[in-house]
Amino acid sequence: MSEILSSLTKKFPDSITSTKVQRKTRLWVTVKFDVLIDVCKYLKNEQDFNHLSSVVGVDYKDKFEVVYHLWSYSKKIQLSLKVPLEKKNPKVKTVTKIWRSANWHERETAELFGIIFEEHPYPKHLLLADDFEGYPLRKDFKLVEKPWYDKNDASEKQKTD
Amino acid sequence: MPLRKFEYEEIGEGRLVINLGPQHPSTHGVLRLIAELDGERVKKVLPIIGYLHRGFEKIAEYRNYPMIVPLTDRLDYLSAMSNNMVYCQAIEELMSIKISERAEYIRVIVLELQRIASHLASVGFFGNDVGITFTAMMYTFRERELIINLFETLSGARLTYNYIRIGGLREDLPPGFENNALRSIDIIEKKVDEYEEFFSENEIFLRRTQGIGVLKLKDAINLGATGPVLRGSGLKSDVRVTDPYTIYDRFDWDIITEKKGDCFARYNIWINEIRQSISIVRQALKGLPKGEINVKIPRVIKPESGEVYSKIESPRGELAMNVISDGTLKPYRLKIRSPAFCNLSLLPTIAEEGLIADLIATLGSIDPVFGEVDR
Repeated sequence: MSEILSSLTKKFPDSITSTKVQRKTRLWVTVKFDVLIDVCKYLKNEQDFNHLSSVVGVDYKDKFEVVYHLWSYSKKIQLSLKVPLEKKNPKVKTVTKIWRSANWHERETAELFGIIFEEHPYPKHLLLADDFEGYPLRKDFKLVEKPWYDKNDASEKQKTD
Repeated sequence: MPLRKFEYEEIGEGRLVINLGPQHPSTHGVLRLIAELDGERVKKVLPIIGYLHRGFEKIAEYRNYPMIVPLTDRLDYLSAMSNNMVYCQAIEELMSIKISERAEYIRVIVLELQRIASHLASVGFFGNDVGITFTAMMYTFRERELIINLFETLSGARLTYNYIRIGGLREDLPPGFENNALRSIDIIEKKVDEYEEFFSENEIFLRRTQGIGVLKLKDAINLGATGPVLRGSGLKSDVRVTDPYTIYDRFDWDIITEKKGDCFARYNIWINEIRQSISIVRQALKGLPKGEINVKIPRVIKPESGEVYSKIESPRGELAMNVISDGTLKPYRLKIRSPAFCNLSLLPTIAEEGLIADLIATLGSIDPVFGEVDR
């Protein structure tokens, strides 16, 4: 487990900004976005992280973050790669060429957060309607409770009062 | 209903593009498929989802931690207990809560009963898809009813249980539950043998499943398949063993695998996993200790800031939740990794170059539940 982290930091000394061991099977690694593809290729080909469990987008106050949760069937360890992105114009290269399962995960993250996955094979909406505007999971997209009745309609209002 | 335009750039000569769904009896819910056909052969499939998208992850950011438990019931409505479990487990890990021994045992019992119920439903629907129309469902739903009735005595609900809570369970088992559960699984065990005979020796069923929708192991891993779909392709992997949670390491059972990776293999996994689950339920009921079911947790649930990635093996595969807390009453971000979503995304790979009728069989063997796919 610690060998994975040490070999990773040895291979990419300038790009791994932090590592954390949460418990025996959970590792967290923060990596700069420009070397993501190289790190992913290294993890898959050399370290046998062959299962991409999910891709998660997070909207923090000062940055976006894309988290790639990887699992190795042979080592039975989960490694979560965190990739911080700038708030303005968040962009990252797609990993669909490495793990094909990333396809739908990235489409989902793209439409809900407005993060662009460059060179994605099919960059269209997945869950939302084609004409949906805005990015629902960003923090500036507020959920507003709308009354289900028309406020001007007196007969409906009486029923709820 | 969301507006979905579909532009087909170029249709090859002699090709026909057909549309299935979103309202179609054989798509297991609101799934729309667009298939390009050459004669009867499927050349291209495009699944279109999102018709049941309710914005679960956004709603969760606006609710207090305990208020999210009943929401999780609505994800995979055929196995609501698993959803309760993965959420509560994530919060317990975030707050370092160790739950009581009795609660652990009861959780395993209800989770495995849920797996039996879900697999029975899957087998029934699958039979419906491949031509044992209606009969299969009538039989398997009769046995599923036994488990639903058990859960009704537990929680008062038949599908959305809201039973597993943060720090334990809602309430203890009702009197007589153990005996009823034992009697039910005895009946189911006998009936499963009957079904195996009924399906696996049926000429129609065999012709429509063997060698259909073959998924190679290499593709299965690369495309993120989990659960019965992955094990049907031959990898011995189950979250209950590879990344153990609760007390599964105390029981004696096997991971079922098949080699061929076709629809029949995936069906066989369901049937044999029902038997394994029955064995786990028996062992857990035997070892069920007495004691409290809830541990003391703070009245106001307010985890410290941090994040966890917690996962379990739901009947459909690896169900995971990534919860990020910022130290307030509500989660900062809650992401669900749903197995049905990932398994459905590999449908084009295995359905292409097959017949249009086999597309339905392949879809049935993947068994997506749209509450979970669309969230």
